[in-house]
Amino acid sequence: MIAYLGRRLIQSALILLGVSLITFALLYLLPADPVRQIAGRSATPQTVENIRQQLGLDQPFIVQYWRYLTKLVSGDLGRSYIQRSEVTELIVSRLPASLLLMVGAILCELLIGLSMGLIAAVKRGTATDQTLMVASFVGVSAPQFVVGLLLLYVFAVRLSWFPIGGYGTWRHLVLPSLTMGILGAGWYARMMRSSMIDVLRQDYVRTARAKGLARGAIIFRHALPNAILPVIAMIGIDIGIFMGGIVVVESVFGWPGIGQLAWQAIQRVDIPIIMGVTLVSAFAIVLGNLLADIIAPFIDPRIKLR
Amino acid sequence: MTSTPETILDIANLCVSVRGEDGSREVVSSLSLTLKRGETLCIAGESGSGKSMTALAIMQLLPQPAGRISSGQIRLGDTELTTLDERQMRRIRGDRIAMIFQEPMTSLNPVLSIGRQLTESIEAHTSLSQAEARQRAIEALKAVRISEAESRLKQFPHELSGGMRQRVMIAMALALEPDVLIADEPTTALDVTVQGEVLELLRDLQRQHGTSVILITHDMGVVAEMADRVIIMRQGRMVEEGKTSDIFARPRADYTRELLAAVPRIGGGVGRQKSREPTEVSKPANVADVKDLHVRFDLRGGVLGRVNRRVHAVEGVSFSIAPNETLALVGESGCGKSTTAKALAGLVPYGGDIVVGGRNLSGLGRDERKAVRRDVQMIFQDPFASLDPRMRVGDLVAEPLVIHGIASREERLSRVATLFERVGLSADQMELYPHEFSGGQRQRVCIARALALRPKLIIADESVSALDVSVQARVLDLLKELQREFGVAYLFISHDMAVVENISDRVAVMYLGQIVEMGTRDQVFSNPRHPYTKRLIEAVPVPDPAQRRSRFARLDQEIPSATRRIGDAPLKLSLQDVGNGHLVAAEG
Repeated sequence: MIAYLGRRLIQSALILLGVSLITFALLYLLPADPVRQIAGRSATPQTVENIRQQLGLDQPFIVQYWRYLTKLVSGDLGRSYIQRSEVTELIVSRLPASLLLMVGAILCELLIGLSMGLIAAVKRGTATDQTLMVASFVGVSAPQFVVGLLLLYVFAVRLSWFPIGGYGTWRHLVLPSLTMGILGAGWYARMMRSSMIDVLRQDYVRTARAKGLARGAIIFRHALPNAILPVIAMIGIDIGIFMGGIVVVESVFGWPGIGQLAWQAIQRVDIPIIMGVTLVSAFAIVLGNLLADIIAPFIDPRIKLR
Repeated sequence: MTSTPETILDIANLCVSVRGEDGSREVVSSLSLTLKRGETLCIAGESGSGKSMTALAIMQLLPQPAGRISSGQIRLGDTELTTLDERQMRRIRGDRIAMIFQEPMTSLNPVLSIGRQLTESIEAHTSLSQAEARQRAIEALKAVRISEAESRLKQFPHELSGGMRQRVMIAMALALEPDVLIADEPTTALDVTVQGEVLELLRDLQRQHGTSVILITHDMGVVAEMADRVIIMRQGRMVEEGKTSDIFARPRADYTRELLAAVPRIGGGVGRQKSREPTEVSKPANVADVKDLHVRFDLRGGVLGRVNRRVHAVEGVSFSIAPNETLALVGESGCGKSTTAKALAGLVPYGGDIVVGGRNLSGLGRDERKAVRRDVQMIFQDPFASLDPRMRVGDLVAEPLVIHGIASREERLSRVATLFERVGLSADQMELYPHEFSGGQRQRVCIARALALRPKLIIADESVSALDVSVQARVLDLLKELQREFGVAYLFISHDMAVVENISDRVAVMYLGQIVEMGTRDQVFSNPRHPYTKRLIEAVPVPDPAQRRSRFARLDQEIPSATRRIGDAPLKLSLQDVGNGHLVAAEG
């Protein structure tokens, strides 16, 4: 177990290094000039050159990247070009909001998706099954900003059950989490359904029935843990999709997380922030996958980590 | 026991139908049977005979929503089962009728511990407390002779061998002392020595508890060994019913006679190969010579993922096969027989020498090796999985010719047509797809494919194991015929001693990756010297109730694993000639 963790952590560090290199290279190749953004339109060529030198942006790529990397090791993500503060601080101050949103979203999608899939599988071939699968299809195909605006209109504007936007109480969390969760719920419902149908066909389910167990025991004790395994592996990958969604959803709901931070930074070519957010997202994805792999042996004793 | 034992289960005019794409099909037709207390009733028949469907109908576990009981009565004691609703039926299942299934590997839930799976059925049917249920579970495990029963409760199914799992299934089924136990092919998936133990266990437990048993099997050897009465089924109908000794001694129905005739028997049977003069083994004309073959698989572990253990799948195996000869490789699962075959066919990396047609494969380049490999072809066990469902069978048979760039299109077509006729199919079937054939026909297609390149050696890896006995007998006849005609040599790999005894000229017995005994068929079967060979032969159930064995020598421990730590290589056995080329490993 320890050996496994050690190896996985080394792998993770290598992945993050790769991500940093690719993002850095892409931003370097970007036609937009960050110095122009900082200096403003009226700046003289001299001022522009000065700023460029100050920020070290006149140096060759390798030098710039190396400098970035050495700072990164000590946890320094650089300074924002525009907000004039440390990127690390900016991200740290906004991370809790995003994490909260992510937890809310994961809960939503698991709760909705897994129960939909479970019910559809058990009621396979019935009208319930078909209705649920159509619903999941809608969930998968609806764009998040549409879902978000729709939920806002119905539940915040018309019914006033939840606040229109902002951050602070659990009521603020519901609509953004739902918006993020509905997409994933659609996927999970479909995955869970097919996984469950497969498991319900297995010999050990027949054995459980032959033992005279109640339906609930068969479904929840015998089938569910087996069916949920492939779904758990998905959660790790899912965090990557979340990071994309967070940018949209946080903008729609005015949620003060790193998605909003990233959105502002992209508009102003604030490279240190874009780099920082990208790295944090990559870290979250790597961590999510690692967690999913660590959880798996607790559900399936056949899986051994080595 | 009273002189007229009461009837415990009474089935009258049972009809079961399954709804398919092309309408409803009757899989069991007006079946009537009775089961008395303490009796063992065997339902025997080939695949599709409706024997398993009968069992599922009794349990009301027919595949949903397609299967249903269309008419008839099933009475258990005073209870009519067909009119019970699901809740009432649930109280019967596991408590009054228990069932064990064919596949011990998949019939236990992989994510629940043995203890949990045992206690849950006890808790579902009794009002025992958790601790009492646990105690009952331990007793049940002890009853099926599982050692260290208490610590086994914490184990998971994957930590147990196939035989152990089937014992756990039996423990589970018998823990509540049901009136009826339905065992659906309980030993089919097990090795022959393990099968012997499990059957004996079932018999002992039945005697102790007076349980009535319905044993469903295709194996007439098992029938002869276990049954008081037999029902022979075919295509959903009962063909014959009677006392076991009567059925075997004086079968009335033609089908029963055919079925019994098709069963391979050691030292008998219609299709048995005549003893032939042992071909000179050392002649240079051998089709294949294998010298000191070893195949090892490395297992990684530790912080750096280094190799720390090794599976010694094949360890120093040597043999030769002469043209026109059948060498059988026998042994139980995990003994390395299939790996040996794969090495010979070039499907796994190996060490040692494999000489085919006088050329040593290890010294050759890619293209040369491919050319030599033409002489070695394979037929696999599962005729369903080894044919690509999206290709026409004609193209499947022609494929080896295409791969090796042999013959023009027209020539290929005519060659394939000839091959089809040769293996007992007709040339106009070339346009069909594999799913349009039965299992036996598919295996014929596989044989035609193996023959397409006119190989000198065909490796048949459990090629008839998945077939019904009557089909099996015909495929074995075909193999023998083809050998006479083409002079092809066979490496025949099987776990079935009776089939091996019928088809082979020479036999090599493998155990833990090594050959422990090798000689002509008659040497090995009439005069087995190695204790493992003796065990294997003794364990085969004899399809004759008059020869029922009293007791089976029980093996106290499981077969050891071929996985060993690095530096702990297994001891190499040396073979000694005990006369006329009969080689036996020295005991040590």
